[in-house]
Amino acid sequence: MVDLESLHLSFSPLGDRALLVELASEPGPETSASVRAIADRVRTMALPGVSDIVPAFCSVALHYDPAVLGEADSERTPYDALVLRLQESLFDADALPQEDGRLHEIPVAYGGRFGEDLDELAATLEMGADTLIELHCATTYSVYMLGFAPGFPYLGPLDHRLIVPRRDSPRTQVPAGSVAVANAYTAVYPLNLPGGWHLLGRTPLTLFDPNRDPPALLSAGDRVRFVPIDAAEFARLENGART
Amino acid sequence: MIEVLRAGVLTTVQDLGRSGFQHHGVPVSGAMDPLSLRTANLLVGNPEHAAALEFTLVGPSLAFDADALIALCGGDFGARLGDTPVPMARPVAVAAGSVLEFANCRLGCRGYLAVAGGIGVEPVLGSRSTYLRAGFGGFEGRALKRGDRLAADMPDAGVFPGLHERLSATAASFVSPHWAASLHPERMARSPQVIRFVSARHWESLDTDARARFLGTEYRLGADSDRMGYRLEGGALEQASDATVLSAGVAFGTIQLPPDGNPIVLMADRQTTGGYPRLGEVASVDLPLLGQLKPGYSLRFEKVALAEAQKLWLVQEHSIAQLHEAILAHIRE
Repeated sequence: MVDLESLHLSFSPLGDRALLVELASEPGPETSASVRAIADRVRTMALPGVSDIVPAFCSVALHYDPAVLGEADSERTPYDALVLRLQESLFDADALPQEDGRLHEIPVAYGGRFGEDLDELAATLEMGADTLIELHCATTYSVYMLGFAPGFPYLGPLDHRLIVPRRDSPRTQVPAGSVAVANAYTAVYPLNLPGGWHLLGRTPLTLFDPNRDPPALLSAGDRVRFVPIDAAEFARLENGART
Repeated sequence: MIEVLRAGVLTTVQDLGRSGFQHHGVPVSGAMDPLSLRTANLLVGNPEHAAALEFTLVGPSLAFDADALIALCGGDFGARLGDTPVPMARPVAVAAGSVLEFANCRLGCRGYLAVAGGIGVEPVLGSRSTYLRAGFGGFEGRALKRGDRLAADMPDAGVFPGLHERLSATAASFVSPHWAASLHPERMARSPQVIRFVSARHWESLDTDARARFLGTEYRLGADSDRMGYRLEGGALEQASDATVLSAGVAFGTIQLPPDGNPIVLMADRQTTGGYPRLGEVASVDLPLLGQLKPGYSLRFEKVALAEAQKLWLVQEHSIAQLHEAILAHIRE
């Protein structure tokens, strides 16, 4: 349960049709839970004129229609009107019970043709490929945010032994489903995309499908555990997903 | 149906964008010049957010196999039906069998063609806008090409019935009324274009020199600018702070300052979040002008207070509502 009132929130304009609610804290699972609580709370407030509620590492962006929130001849700007509404209601003691994010188990075939960088990265990190896989699977990650591309999740915290900068030269095409690490995060590529992350493996799950509701498998605040599978299991699940 | 005889450089189906899915990482997309798309729709009796065609720099050629009611707004592409120039910013009843041809853009950068009933494509995630990078929305998730056939609903007989009567009584390929929506297209010709913006936190951390330089620079729109972002050339700003910025939500018109110091303005196909310091956001009323800026043309920025930007927006919305009423007053004629 996140006590919203205990959070130090600040509001600032994101142009004339959006604003940012920011937390004064470091990114991490706790911050992520608070961000999710704020986003959920704003969603249940169903504020007229608010079209998008976009959680990120330490912030939630709200996109709104100023014409719904203000009048041209009013003293109070639409921005001020919205901030006031948020300040009035965000901290309601009767805040709805918050749900922990859903826990997803994501099957991953590691190494070989599934994760071209596994062996090289293990060598760089001076550990065996098996140890790298073990470490990558040992953490239950939080989804800090979706961004960069449709359905692209930034997951953390990454074991400090796995923290590496991006590859020197990004790939022009990373296959959909690729599970990768870079800097302090791990991620799953939802679509075929260019990318500079180190590829460890691939999941047969479809992370993003514009014809599905919701289109993205993961939401900010969800939790994720990676489960190693072999090539045969990958093929079985991939075929299962198609039928 | 409308058949594409020539596609132009980049012709896509767009509406006002895919709202409500940014938390799934789904870009909003939509018209680069939303005001022109809205106006074109209202002129043919559509809801302002209906799907229309957006074309870029070089326009398409389109064959109509049935009578249609259309409106052209935004950039001036010298539209012709047969040998006759087609007037902009007003409803135009087009006769079956006509070919609508556009030339190169001579004013602005992007043209909009609305058709009564809207362009008939299935919505994806609540919008008919094309998102090219992920290949969904619009017409098969891609730009139009030769041979594509677009479903266009037959014009509602109750929308400008007088125009339809005149059309059936003439041998001309189109008829249109004498009035037009007043959109001040000459604003698109200003050089440098003046773009107002509301400052963000990183602006405060710039020193006085850097701020003066940003405001004093005549930026040129880089050739690699596209629907996702505009790259500005003309003077890199030194970073006042090298603190890393955590990715957070961004907006249509966010002015980012990447490490090389050359500002980028995020446009319709922008990502939902960004990790570069934000200098501010373009005032929404000036986004249509920015959407009409050609690569190689120049702009400079002028800072306005948030209250002023929001007031300008509310005034604009009021004039659109008035325009809508005026059109509705004529629509049964």
